[in-house]
Amino acid sequence: MNTSMHINKTYKLYIDGKFSRTESGRYMKWVNPNNDQTINFCRSSRKDYRNAVQSSRNAFNKWNNFSGYNRGQILYRIAEMLDSRKEQFISELMVQGKSKKQSKQEVSMSIDRLVYYAGWSDKFQQIFSRVNPVSTPHYNFSTPEPSGVVSIIAPKDSYLLGFISVIVPAIIGGNTVVVLASENNPLCAISFSEVLHSSDVPNGVINILSGFTNELIDHFSSHMDVNTVINCGLDLKDTELIQKNSAVNIKRVINYGAIDWMNHDSQDPYFIMDCQEIKTTWHPIGY
Amino acid sequence: MIYNTTIDQVGCSERVKRIFSRSIKKESKMWALKKILSMLDLTTLEGSDSPGKVKQLCYKAAHLHDKHPGLPRVAAICVYPNMVSIAQESLKGTNIKTASVATGFPSGMTNLRAKLDEVKYAVNEGAEEVDMVISRGHFLSGELNYVSDEIAKVKEACGNAKLKVILETGELCTLDNVRKASDLAMDSGADFIKTSTGKITESATPIVVLTMLEAIRDNYHLTGKKIGMKPAGGISKSKLAIQYLVMVRETLGNDWLTPDLFRFGASSLANDVLMQIIKQGQGNYQSSNYFSLD
Repeated sequence: MNTSMHINKTYKLYIDGKFSRTESGRYMKWVNPNNDQTINFCRSSRKDYRNAVQSSRNAFNKWNNFSGYNRGQILYRIAEMLDSRKEQFISELMVQGKSKKQSKQEVSMSIDRLVYYAGWSDKFQQIFSRVNPVSTPHYNFSTPEPSGVVSIIAPKDSYLLGFISVIVPAIIGGNTVVVLASENNPLCAISFSEVLHSSDVPNGVINILSGFTNELIDHFSSHMDVNTVINCGLDLKDTELIQKNSAVNIKRVINYGAIDWMNHDSQDPYFIMDCQEIKTTWHPIGY
Repeated sequence: MIYNTTIDQVGCSERVKRIFSRSIKKESKMWALKKILSMLDLTTLEGSDSPGKVKQLCYKAAHLHDKHPGLPRVAAICVYPNMVSIAQESLKGTNIKTASVATGFPSGMTNLRAKLDEVKYAVNEGAEEVDMVISRGHFLSGELNYVSDEIAKVKEACGNAKLKVILETGELCTLDNVRKASDLAMDSGADFIKTSTGKITESATPIVVLTMLEAIRDNYHLTGKKIGMKPAGGISKSKLAIQYLVMVRETLGNDWLTPDLFRFGASSLANDVLMQIIKQGQGNYQSSNYFSLD
């Protein structure tokens, strides 16, 4: 026998470090254009989102207390794991309509991006901190601190690189995230959860959902336990809804319009700063 | 009296499973959540309790979440005996009761005279409810008369105060023992039977609560007396609390769905219920950041 049975994979959510099905029992169909095979992705509900936020909230203290250096090491580990699964992601990108050349380039840029931000992990804080001149006898200094739980609507059209480019700056700064994968093509994001699972990322630091954007943006932006919402390329009406909902508990709202994630300019430490709050401390000086 | 009712553990867990599979939503859920608040014994039993902390908790009891009108008040505040007068003072003018633990809580490892003195002290200070612990050591060595006498004497020392008898079911080993201790406590004068002190790892579990509720039901059929029930320890989520209400309704009927006959001993449950109530009203999930700790 040299033919093995083909095993159809069940694509699941990634919540609290577990691969779980949606509690709603609903699915969304995705048809592979190459062989007309149908794949079912979980169509996440508001409760899946709630569970994910709860998990992120629980993970936040632990993750934030890791040293930047340690977070960097873990990020580097993610890069290693992605590298060892290169072929899988290249073929998935091709299934989703990219050419072989494009796919290869996107995967290798994704790995580079992880390593790029891993390098920033123990550096951004000193670079963006400052001592402020004041006229009273105080040391007055400002440092960035993670905002907390970040909800992310990932880019629709950059299934792997865009996805990584928005979650990584958030987590390297000590935040924990709940991310909604590209609605049309969630395949890479869901597979990426397997990479995360083998990378020493504590449970709950990254939670990945698949589902319909218009069903979920309301909840993504209205949950009171979320501190930042990142919106990638939603239209004006949806953006307005996010901003309105976010006003209730003054969430940060970050809008990334049309960013070409394949461009090297789309990686810089300011993406880390998007999910940071500046804390200013007045410390009395003794004479 | 002979206590030899045995418990079918498999049957009990099947029953728990069925009761816990009920889905309570919308109006029923809202009703249940408010009911839970009104049945709460807001509790602080720490070595580090200070007058300030007790006052703060009493304020919370009377003002659960003033931003949201129409919320009930909790049933009682549960503290150590030396905090009773402070709680009494702070709760003046509300109808919230002051409950005190006594009899060498949580282990009960002291002599009877000291236990009775402690109960009298708590009642003198103004405790309207007393939560006593049974002597598990004596119970487990088969000295049922000792345990029964002790409860009766404590009841006498309570005077008009209500007596809740803590069985500490986590230390009773079997469901048969839980049933035996429940029957014993009810016959000896308990107004309420309570699962746990909250001071050991194993606290109120659904199967134990069901066993105790069934003991109360059988006792009611036999004597016509309505004994109250108080699960305590480890109940921190509203979902679980709602399921307990279902269990009470199914086992004892509507009569028991009142703070006079059913209580929850908990501290963090209050905020979870509040968050659920606000969520039901406003539609969005809440954050603990916006609710006072105690």
